Amino acid sequence: MAAAPSRAAAFPPAAAEDANLYRRLVLRRQLILAALTLALFASLCVDLALGPARFGLDQVIAALFTPGSVEDSLRVILWQIRMPVALMALVVGASLSIAGAQMQTILSNPLASPFTLGISAGASFGAALALAFGVTLVPALVDYAIPLNAFIMAMLTALAIHFLSMRRGVTIETIVLLGIAMVFIFNSLMALIQFFASQQAVSALVFWTMGSLTKATWPKLGIAFAVLAMVVPLLARHGWALTAMRLGDAKAESLGVKPRALRLEVLIMVSLLAAIAVSFVGTIGFVGLVGPHIARLLLGEDQRFFLPGSALCGALMLSVGSVLSKVIIPGTIIPIGIITSLVGIPFFLFLILNHKKNAW
Amino acid sequence: MVTLTLDRLSARYGRRQILADISTPTLHGGQVVALLGPNAAGKSTLFRRILGLLEGDGEVRITGTRSERPIAYMPQDNGATAVLTVYEAVLLARMQGRRLKVADADLAEVDKALAALGIDTLAGRDIGNLSGGQRQLVGAAQALVQSPDILLLDEPTSALDLHRQISLLGILRRLAQERNMLIIAALHDLGHALRFADQALVIESGRLVDCGPCKQVVTPPMLRRTFQVEARIEPCSQGRPQLIVEAAI
Repeated sequence: MAAAPSRAAAFPPAAAEDANLYRRLVLRRQLILAALTLALFASLCVDLALGPARFGLDQVIAALFTPGSVEDSLRVILWQIRMPVALMALVVGASLSIAGAQMQTILSNPLASPFTLGISAGASFGAALALAFGVTLVPALVDYAIPLNAFIMAMLTALAIHFLSMRRGVTIETIVLLGIAMVFIFNSLMALIQFFASQQAVSALVFWTMGSLTKATWPKLGIAFAVLAMVVPLLARHGWALTAMRLGDAKAESLGVKPRALRLEVLIMVSLLAAIAVSFVGTIGFVGLVGPHIARLLLGEDQRFFLPGSALCGALMLSVGSVLSKVIIPGTIIPIGIITSLVGIPFFLFLILNHKKNAW
Repeated sequence: MVTLTLDRLSARYGRRQILADISTPTLHGGQVVALLGPNAAGKSTLFRRILGLLEGDGEVRITGTRSERPIAYMPQDNGATAVLTVYEAVLLARMQGRRLKVADADLAEVDKALAALGIDTLAGRDIGNLSGGQRQLVGAAQALVQSPDILLLDEPTSALDLHRQISLLGILRRLAQERNMLIIAALHDLGHALRFADQALVIESGRLVDCGPCKQVVTPPMLRRTFQVEARIEPCSQGRPQLIVEAAI
């Protein structure tokens, strides 16, 4: 493009500087992601070191990198008992946070998360059906009744929210109220289940609604990780389109995105992430709300950074939560769902109260 | 060179017919076409129909392009609050449908679009903190950065001050010629249309009522009929036609 000299003077060639400015921005974001990864590793090591028997960080690191060089007892405790729990915190934290991030993106709603919109509650209800009465929504797959029930109920809840939010005149606040209505509905249904269920099932249910990582095992971890590893590339494939969704449907459409189809596809994936998390560790609230907001503050909303950032922030939050759950009352592991809720609720209130001031 | 022809185009929202039977002569790359009409005449709908976002009978014929997505569309601004810098917002318009990896060539296109519109100084600003006029220029950059053969602009100057209105339309006119790009812009300011557009399409209640060279289309009878204003068009001391509005009818 050869511009006439007079025009060129009107628009000085400062352009190359913009690209460099952007490259620096990208570099800064990559550094932030690297720092989060490091913090995550540190938190994981601390998490592994804590427990009934306390180990030094040097022992933990030795057991991690050269398992052959440490005592058998240390190796067994670390790899067989603590590792699945500690890694489950990372996988579940990442899953919930990604789920929240994408719900906030596709619904253009800063208060959206699996927990606040009742999707976790729906999943809990589905899982409770299986736990208490052995009801399976997909009869052929009895062995996976709990996760499958959770997934189906999570999906139904997400679809209900989706279609209600598509109606005219529905505001961000209305959707959150809808979510709260969902939470209440499922809580009542849970109460109903508890009323009819056996004593044994009731205590299992109650413990489970608190959210706890302690029941994590290697196979469960494997499934949760497999789902995460399957969904993330699918979401990443839509990276540019999802980023464009935050410019509004009209703009996204003008750029060639199909908002309706994308919304539905993402909602299915998000329900899957939330359901898997819920069915293995119970209800862990607010990670899916807070994680993405921290990621957004640190990294902006370009999905190439926002998506991994959300995953890392969620994983880090839950890992730190796991550490806290062990140190607050020494010798007792507080269910982690209680901790995330105590930290998350003030944050949630802050978001609601600041909404008019453009919280994101 | 790219050409665009609309042949008996119609569009519906559900059962409601919004556009009917719109046929144009062939429009060519390098031209600036003003799309004129009162509020709710169907200008935005026509853009969406051309882009394929709406169903309907008729045909949009495009020739002379090798691009998969030859058309870029700048909708009216909606004031999004995403946490993105101007640079990112323009880049993502460029990258739609492409791989995640950004090439240097893509960054060069973003630079070019920002510089062409004179908003390279805004590159690092968050889009949520822009004024309406700045957002509109970013919207134009998002359309330009796609290197389209056909550019559809929905009221691109509605939030701009006088200087930027004239400057943006001048830039677009120059770009149309330099890149052999066909630009169709919905404009409310008929003075701008007279000054910057080669052709004009006039739509009213979803129908094309007039089309042709701008100076032949924008006339006192058309202003009376379509816009319900009593107006004269007279040459100024420099010989350019000026629109003088007397009164609303």
